[in-house]
Amino acid sequence: MRRCVHAFLGRVGYAEATSLQDECARSLRAGRGGEHLLLLEHEPVITLGRNARRDDVLVAEETLRQQGVAVAATNRGGQVTYHGPGQLVGYPILDLAPDRRDVGRYLRDLEEVLIRVLARFDVAATRVAGLTGVWVADEKIASIGVHLSRWVTTHGFALNVSTDLSRFGLIVPCGLRARAATSMQRLLGRAVPLEAVAAALVPEFASVFDREMIARPMPRGDGSLPVVAQVVA
Amino acid sequence: MRVDVIMPQMGESIAEGTLTRWLKKSGDKVARDEPIFEISTDKVDAEIPSPVAGTLVEIKVQEGQTVPINTVVALIETEAGAVAGAGKPAPSQQGAAKAAPAAPVAAAPAPARPGGPTDGRDRGAEARPAAAPPTTLGFTGPPATGGIPRAASLIGAGASVDDLRRVRSSPVVRRIAQEHNVDIAGIRGTGISGRVTKKDILEAIEGGAAHAAGSAVAARPSAAAPPRVAAPTPVYAPGERISVAPMSAMRKKIAEHMVLSRRTSAHVTTVFEVDMSRVMRLREEHQKGFQERHGVKLTPTPFMVKAAVEALKAFPEVNASIDGDNVVYKKDINIGIAVALEWGLIVPVVKHADDLSLSGIAKMVTDLAERARAKRLTPEEVQGGTFTITNPGIFGSLFGTPIINQPQVAIMGVGAIQKRVVVVEDAIAIRPMVFLALSFDHRLIDGAVADQFMAHIKATLVEGKFTEII
Repeated sequence: MRRCVHAFLGRVGYAEATSLQDECARSLRAGRGGEHLLLLEHEPVITLGRNARRDDVLVAEETLRQQGVAVAATNRGGQVTYHGPGQLVGYPILDLAPDRRDVGRYLRDLEEVLIRVLARFDVAATRVAGLTGVWVADEKIASIGVHLSRWVTTHGFALNVSTDLSRFGLIVPCGLRARAATSMQRLLGRAVPLEAVAAALVPEFASVFDREMIARPMPRGDGSLPVVAQVVA
Repeated sequence: MRVDVIMPQMGESIAEGTLTRWLKKSGDKVARDEPIFEISTDKVDAEIPSPVAGTLVEIKVQEGQTVPINTVVALIETEAGAVAGAGKPAPSQQGAAKAAPAAPVAAAPAPARPGGPTDGRDRGAEARPAAAPPTTLGFTGPPATGGIPRAASLIGAGASVDDLRRVRSSPVVRRIAQEHNVDIAGIRGTGISGRVTKKDILEAIEGGAAHAAGSAVAARPSAAAPPRVAAPTPVYAPGERISVAPMSAMRKKIAEHMVLSRRTSAHVTTVFEVDMSRVMRLREEHQKGFQERHGVKLTPTPFMVKAAVEALKAFPEVNASIDGDNVVYKKDINIGIAVALEWGLIVPVVKHADDLSLSGIAKMVTDLAERARAKRLTPEEVQGGTFTITNPGIFGSLFGTPIINQPQVAIMGVGAIQKRVVVVEDAIAIRPMVFLALSFDHRLIDGAVADQFMAHIKATLVEGKFTEII
């Protein structure tokens, strides 16, 4: 079975996470490294996908800065979204070339993983035809945006665990004005630790993508990223 | 020749794509596999690589346009030199490679692709030193550039037909060229259309075409005169009471192998001390039933192997080899177990150890060790190891600094398991302790990785994580 190394990296800045996943993808494309599932949460940031319209950010950048929210352009698909503490972000760096050369299937598979994880926490989530992502009733609980280069994936999904949902008011998420965001905490009425959701996600990811998941122990202490980056390289 | 670049099919359900951005403009030169445009479908953004090398001569679909799959989005004019490179379609978004190559691709460079089949190169590496030991030591030189990459760049640059003919040579010749760091293009060929034959290249090497190179290639044998290994002082004085016996074939092989390894790898050894309480307790609890069920004794060795396997899965760079400037990651985990014999040392290999249970490993190790002592191992059973465990502890050694079993990059030595006085949560306790020493090749593995690898092994043993016992 193909192996996929997973790691929970904790709170990571957006730029740092981007360079880390780029490094993983470069290694994978070059045949130097294996597949990864990076799980983490971001500092507050609004990211603009390739199809984003600047109008979808509703607040001036100056105001965002004052609120501690950064803005970053990215090369993922999709439009505008918000990442921040309490949101489980997953970056699968996979090679789809051998057995899954189908972006549609890849998106549906990511949705499947998230739906199964939510089911473990008694949240009944569904797909909505034509609207990639994971939904509970008509509220969005997880967003998906992916970049492919030679069938190697970067970017991925963002699942609202205990995200500050008011922050979605700063943007028009995914260009969908009518749809609201929700979170596990809001639906369950209790706090769920991010680590617990990450831990539940790993076996579901393994089963949907048919991978053996290998935990990469993080260095104790400060858990600093350079060591991971070095390990990946 | 003009080659169509098409909108690739990105999946079964996807009938069209939006061209979001051209990364090249009309008139730009493009390399094969270089991203030339980006497309967007639903939530996915993808870079599309060029199917061939050449010049982008016409863009037919503008940014922002959405077109059905297989629509021609651009034309690339290939060059004489570029055609040869286009023969083997990249394993990528390959709806795009419609162009039939005009010429066979004999010149396609074939350095061992990491992850790809390396067809016995490893065994070759072991066999080579016997012929000519490496000439230079030390690893401070600049990274070497092998002959093959240069041949490749020659093609990419639109070389003349004459050059191509000469570079186009059999795999054997290319391999010899790489081993000896010789540029094929610089050799006069006597074969068909001026191709360089094996005889040509061997003569060229004899004649001194090989040039000294530093770094990784230093470990490879070259044709220059090898330094004599002989000691500067005589081994014995006239009249000294001695007897002389020829080395056995095995002794000679071990001697060669050890010296080669010391010269090849940048050895560093790190030592961890591990509390074996849980493992020893598991062993005691299960020993009787285990022997009844499986017919072999439950020793600490299979626990060590299992712990190493789990760590190797998490750190693939330890389950690897160096091949020139490439790192070859081994997908299988094959653990060599050093077995001391009265007449020497042999390292049978537990193949696919990652697919074996603890009992499977125990049976395999016992069987291999018994047959090693009975001289009944087959050659295949001592080949293909990707990591080695040696056990000097059986003779009482606390830890050793083992020499890496080439072409591997790490070896773990297991010391004697001894009860020692240790501090556990600020109290003095008596625990069965063991020193595990990992010698690793610092060319590939940095200290941080080696220590995390060992910490992984330590955690498995200390926590007694052997779920599928027994």
